[in-house]
Amino acid sequence: MTEPSAPPRRTALDEVHRSLGATMTDFAGWEMPLRYASEREEHQAVRTRAGLFDLSHMGEFTVSGPAACDLLDYAFIGNLGSLRTGRARYTMLCDERGGILDDLIVYRTAEDRYLVVANAANAGTVLAALRERATGFDAQVADDRDTYALLAVQGPAAAGILARLTDAELEGLRYYAGLPGTVAGAEALIARTGYTGEDGFELFLAPADAPAVWQALLDAGAGDGLTPCGLSCRDTLRLEAGMPLYGHELSTALTPFDAGLGRTVKFEKPGNEGAFVGREALQEAAARAESAPPRVLVGLVAQGRRVPRAGYAVVSSDGTVLGEVTSGAPSPTLGKPIAMAYVDAGHAVPGTEGVAVDIRGSREPYNVVALPFYKRER
Amino acid sequence: MSNPQQLRYSKEHEWLSEPVDGVATIGITAHAADALGDVVFVQLPDAGDTVSAGDTCGELESTKSVSDLYSPVSGEVTEVNQDVVDDPALVNSAPFEGGWLFKVRLDPSGAPDDLLSADEYTAFATGN
Repeated sequence: MTEPSAPPRRTALDEVHRSLGATMTDFAGWEMPLRYASEREEHQAVRTRAGLFDLSHMGEFTVSGPAACDLLDYAFIGNLGSLRTGRARYTMLCDERGGILDDLIVYRTAEDRYLVVANAANAGTVLAALRERATGFDAQVADDRDTYALLAVQGPAAAGILARLTDAELEGLRYYAGLPGTVAGAEALIARTGYTGEDGFELFLAPADAPAVWQALLDAGAGDGLTPCGLSCRDTLRLEAGMPLYGHELSTALTPFDAGLGRTVKFEKPGNEGAFVGREALQEAAARAESAPPRVLVGLVAQGRRVPRAGYAVVSSDGTVLGEVTSGAPSPTLGKPIAMAYVDAGHAVPGTEGVAVDIRGSREPYNVVALPFYKRER
Repeated sequence: MSNPQQLRYSKEHEWLSEPVDGVATIGITAHAADALGDVVFVQLPDAGDTVSAGDTCGELESTKSVSDLYSPVSGEVTEVNQDVVDDPALVNSAPFEGGWLFKVRLDPSGAPDDLLSADEYTAFATGN
């Protein structure tokens, strides 16, 4: 956790953002670009061309050593031992009660080496948990938050733009894979990951190289309409793609089974005789989810134009509370307000009628739909 | 964008035109529109409604937030801008022109005397 009194941290690209006229916002103790001009145009750039993001606020930790794999299988809910070198996986850190402390991406960069990427707001929690859980394991946990800047190029034109600047074989780089290479002459871990619902890449590189690589990407992508993009459109992009955001769809009050992400919990792990933090509580949560289904995360699409926000009640036509909105925004792609919400299982089936959101005292009709709202054509 | 000299301004970031035959036009400033981001929905009072200076009379929704709309003056709403209801982006693209919001026939007491001049508002808004 960042102390409330601590001054905001600035990324290696801070001057670049300011020279581009970005509206900056405080995000998890970092001063980050919210938008450069119109967040809707930035959103559309990623959907139709390509967008360039500074994500250097994300928290990177390197876990290495002979027992690195065993440590991660013990600390996280996934099976990281089965992850092949050069691949990435989405997983979670849970507490003893099965509550979600963070959702993260783990890259296996070598046989005995992993890069863990945590949400900025939870980076301190993740580091503390990894260090505590490392006791007794022959593995090291390194705080690499200052080692990396993180840029993302996302959108249908991303691969073509990046290909002009790298020696890496992008054609062979699959979704959720990463390999070392150079980008505009700078060493980088090039990963085919993202949080936008589009094809794209995340580039982990030295902060000192970040401004030059950022500019090289903008130059290389100028003809394709590559657009600097802020966190505002990143949020609407991930919402359309039905991707959860910690603090909204995920929290310590929920287990992965409550969040509809029970598939990420692997009870059968070869390491540590299957032991991992939260195992017992998560087995109970899995059984509970079978016998008494919890609220279900659904998509809501507005019939009208008023926008639902996190915390608003989902109600029936007679005002009975059915659930709660976790994220909501006007969807640039659908042209209508959309939301994700946890809704009682009986009202969670797509097509369920008579569902409304209480928007500051007015019941606005919404359609229940399956997630995601948007899926790119492959 | 500079704040037009011929308008007066409220500390809630609305602008008010010089009344013509007792009717003034009201909108939000470029500064307010920039702070909101892309406006996606506006809820305006209805023609015929009575509004009171400093009271909320509508809403402006953007991607990230919703803000109350305040009336800077008291009086009767004579007209609302249907163009901006249909295309809320006008608030961002032309806040002082095509993005105006509604018109009010001022009460006989006239506009409150705490409204700001363009220069005073510019100092107020940039100091925020």
